[in-house]
Amino acid sequence: MMNDFEALKVISRFRGDAIVMATMTANFEWPQVSTNPNLDLMFTGAMGKASSMGLGLALARPAKQVIVLDGDGSLLMNLGALVTIAHMAPPNLIHFVFENSVYRTSGGQPVPGARKVSYTGLAKSAGYPHVYEFGDLAALEKNVPKIMSQAGPTLVCLKTEPVTERPPYPLTTTASILARFQTVLGKLKPEV
Amino acid sequence: MARSGEIALTASKILTELKKCGFDYVVTVPDDDSRRLYRLIESRPEFKLVSACREGEVIAIAAGLILGGKSPVVLIQNTGFYESGDSLRGLAIDLKLPMVILISCRGWKSNAPMTDSASIYIRQAIEAWGIHHHLVEDDRHIDRISLALDEAKKAQKPVAVLLGCDISDDE
Repeated sequence: MMNDFEALKVISRFRGDAIVMATMTANFEWPQVSTNPNLDLMFTGAMGKASSMGLGLALARPAKQVIVLDGDGSLLMNLGALVTIAHMAPPNLIHFVFENSVYRTSGGQPVPGARKVSYTGLAKSAGYPHVYEFGDLAALEKNVPKIMSQAGPTLVCLKTEPVTERPPYPLTTTASILARFQTVLGKLKPEV
Repeated sequence: MARSGEIALTASKILTELKKCGFDYVVTVPDDDSRRLYRLIESRPEFKLVSACREGEVIAIAAGLILGGKSPVVLIQNTGFYESGDSLRGLAIDLKLPMVILISCRGWKSNAPMTDSASIYIRQAIEAWGIHHHLVEDDRHIDRISLALDEAKKAQKPVAVLLGCDISDDE
């Protein structure tokens, strides 16, 4: 298993000018490693729906890569999203799932099916053309360039250490950074 | 379907209105009452159809499309409206998104007591969310969809349109 914060550092190194949507644990850790905060959209508001909003953004902005940093508990609240994403098949969507097997933000309770569910198995069955599962940082680091360069949608499951200490609150709300994000996005070249 | 002599709510009229509004995406979970509209939308290249598994997803997908600069319209059944509550609250309302939500109403009756709880509670449920709504029961009310869009843009918030009739193929 890997440390989630170290995994985020790796993703940040290869993120380029992709839009990054981060939810739950990643919501407060990602801003500490991000080098392009103007294109970060911290996601709060509806637990589990980051991947669905990411799908909408990816469809609206096909020339822009969209990275969703999701949690396993979060994804479990919206499993149908895997099928919808695979159905719409946006090639610019990369869906990272941090499998720490607990609800960290609510005190570390185990998620249903902890360490039994295969998120790559679910995504593969749903129709994601590419799925990856990494249990150590070196393997992630080696494969990230390829993952970032190939047409998706791609799901990457990262087996991370369960941390039961709650993150410091409050998390960054989507509403608080939305104006900045929309301004930046609005200045980018419009897409058909 | 409208009986002879009654004014119907027709799929083609709704489609024309959606086009007039400038919507480019239709995000939906298909349902029985709007199936004719769905078929028509599916056949039109001017609309991109996103068919999701559940209505909470629909709201979140539409939110992402709006943030990305597109103009989606949501099409869900009243049963799905109840399911979509958390996304509606935390995304469409809290992010102040100008989202038009078309809600086809299973069990709607305008001239008789309603017996289907999906329709009985729908107006109160929408109002409980602080969302304004318009009622479209036949083709004479179609322009209320444009009104809803104007209102959503002006107020920067979601506005609902209740489709209180089984949508017909008939002109």
